[in-house]
Amino acid sequence: MKTHLSSILIRGGRLIDPARSVDDLFDVLLRDGSVAEIGAPGTLDGAEETINAKGLVVAPGLIDLHVHLREPGKAYKETIATGTAAAAAGGFTSVCAMPNTTPINDSPAITRWMQDPERGAVVNVFPIAAATIASAGERIPDYRGLHAAGAVAVSDDGCPILDDHVMRQALVTANRFGMPVIQHAEDTRLSHNAPMHEGVVSFRLGMRGQSAESEWRLVERDIRLASATEARLHVAHVSTGKAMELVKHGKANGVKVTAEICPHHFMFTDEDCASYDPRYKMNPPLRTAEDREALLRAVEDGSMDAIATDHAPHALFEKEVEFDKAAFGITGLEVALAAALTTFHHGRKVPLTRLVAMLSTNPARIVNLAGRGTLAVGSVADVTLFDPKKKWTYDVSKTRSKARNCPYHGMQFTGRPMATIVGGRVVESNL
Amino acid sequence: MDFLKLAKTMNPARPRNTLRGRRVALLFYENSTRTRTSFEIAAKALGATTVVIHASSTSVEKGESLKDTGLTLRSIVDAIVVRHPSSGSPNLLDRVLGIPIINAGDGMHEHPSQGLLDAFTILQHKKSLKGLKIVTIGDIFHSRVARSDAHLFTKLGAEVVFCGPEVLLPDTAAALAPGIKIQRDMDEAIRDADVVMMLRVQQERLAGLQIVVDEYVRRYQLTAQRLKQAKKDAIVMHPGPMIRGMEMTDDVADCGQSVVLEQVLNGVKVRMAILETLLGRRRK
Repeated sequence: MKTHLSSILIRGGRLIDPARSVDDLFDVLLRDGSVAEIGAPGTLDGAEETINAKGLVVAPGLIDLHVHLREPGKAYKETIATGTAAAAAGGFTSVCAMPNTTPINDSPAITRWMQDPERGAVVNVFPIAAATIASAGERIPDYRGLHAAGAVAVSDDGCPILDDHVMRQALVTANRFGMPVIQHAEDTRLSHNAPMHEGVVSFRLGMRGQSAESEWRLVERDIRLASATEARLHVAHVSTGKAMELVKHGKANGVKVTAEICPHHFMFTDEDCASYDPRYKMNPPLRTAEDREALLRAVEDGSMDAIATDHAPHALFEKEVEFDKAAFGITGLEVALAAALTTFHHGRKVPLTRLVAMLSTNPARIVNLAGRGTLAVGSVADVTLFDPKKKWTYDVSKTRSKARNCPYHGMQFTGRPMATIVGGRVVESNL
Repeated sequence: MDFLKLAKTMNPARPRNTLRGRRVALLFYENSTRTRTSFEIAAKALGATTVVIHASSTSVEKGESLKDTGLTLRSIVDAIVVRHPSSGSPNLLDRVLGIPIINAGDGMHEHPSQGLLDAFTILQHKKSLKGLKIVTIGDIFHSRVARSDAHLFTKLGAEVVFCGPEVLLPDTAAALAPGIKIQRDMDEAIRDADVVMMLRVQQERLAGLQIVVDEYVRRYQLTAQRLKQAKKDAIVMHPGPMIRGMEMTDDVADCGQSVVLEQVLNGVKVRMAILETLLGRRRK
């Protein structure tokens, strides 16, 4: 009888495990879906398969806190199978799936359906359930049941909770089950669904804009409520310098608030909308160069907790239209790691350990994924191998996603995911 | 400037044949009187065949996308003149089609042929735009004409002053191009101006912004009294359609300083030059 699923020895790599402050050359032995042993280079042996990781970073599997897999209901945009294949290609071993599906994921049944092996997921899928019934912002669903079914957080992503009382109730109730409330901070009474950031560029382009205020006002309100309730708030895709200031201020005052940044907000600015190319249209929109700079500094000073993609696949016909009519959102799973390495490690000298923390360790803590976000012995054998120096050009025609709405096509990056191991199984390899 | 010289040689009363056999589609998603007719007359005066497509009477109404409408037209025409309520829609057609696309007004963004005809009209009265004070008054925020004018006028060396209330003229407007100033007080703005450009104000828009019409008229209407503060030889312009009694009084609209009707004729000349430049056979 076979006593284990498989065993893989990752030999000669640079192990970066921020949870244990490890950054050195180690061999890692994976067995039966767990990290079995860690030893000095050349000291471990006896695996069925050996990966030569010389020159590569061996990191705990990357975790994306913010993806849209579109199933159930919008399989023409993406499926759980294709979305998670894109995740694997980008070095992600786990993704947290937003609830704005059709129907909205506000029930344990849908939460379980999304995790069913029948969906064909290539990496782990952790559903984020709707914070209110049908994300209508009025009544909160059965958080206990959702949590028991596998939901790791609650959010009304895209339909922010405006009512103070409902937001307070969501924070308090979610906290009872150890879940954060993830808020897409946008006061829709101010933003009016405008297609881009309001400022000098939107005036020039003759487009209506969402003000920075429409983001930070809600962040301000949410931090106040998180402070009063001592519950956990996670601010999704922070896009303005002012909102990030508020997060920093909240942290300094002991509020349990965390924040994520999306690759497009550290790669681009509202000037990129000047060609009216809807691949630069997402929500929150690309902001000013000053906002971008403030966010880059937040990554450098360690106050930004996570990098998350807001991977938002759409069909071509929804994007190849007038800018103001195009759907919000772009894909990002396949380039997020490369974009982070290029911008922060090579561009701003941010240490690799900080980036691994933002892409794995911290996301695991934010949504309480026990045994993930670290490669301590006994933890889950989710591993990402990447080459921090490899130069490559992203070609969207080769994407694993169903969608092509991606501004990164043709861009050159330094740093590339090389292998993705989920539960001890290699699901993607460029080795 | 070469372009404006070419426009000078154009005359719709003397047709040419330089565009014979070329087919031009006029794709209009918004109503328009002068822009559409002047493009149509311009194309015909050059010998081109034109076809006018109104969004309300075509497959567009049945839900066809702009991209597909463009692809369909590409197989039967050589160029498309497009007017569309979405800013940047000519960019989409350009990206997808790769044939000459002429922007006849896109959303609040630009109306380049109007900018050219306005510069052309000014040059019929002034030697150069260099050093001129050109004041644009009214609903700048929603005006594609104001944007195109300001880009071109400042490039040609004029000082452009925008005047209007905050809701119709945000402070960010000053960053549109170097050499733009904002002056909220109309009497101040108009002082010593060489050109006064009035923009149309839509009454229903004012209502939506909770601006009282009487109050607006009192602060921003061009009256004979106000016009006296501009230079003696100042000209008054309006891209049309003009609403008498709203942005200007009757006597100003019909006064000797008003060049509104010249603008219309110049519109045809300038649009002839645009079509000739884009579609004409290269001179040997």
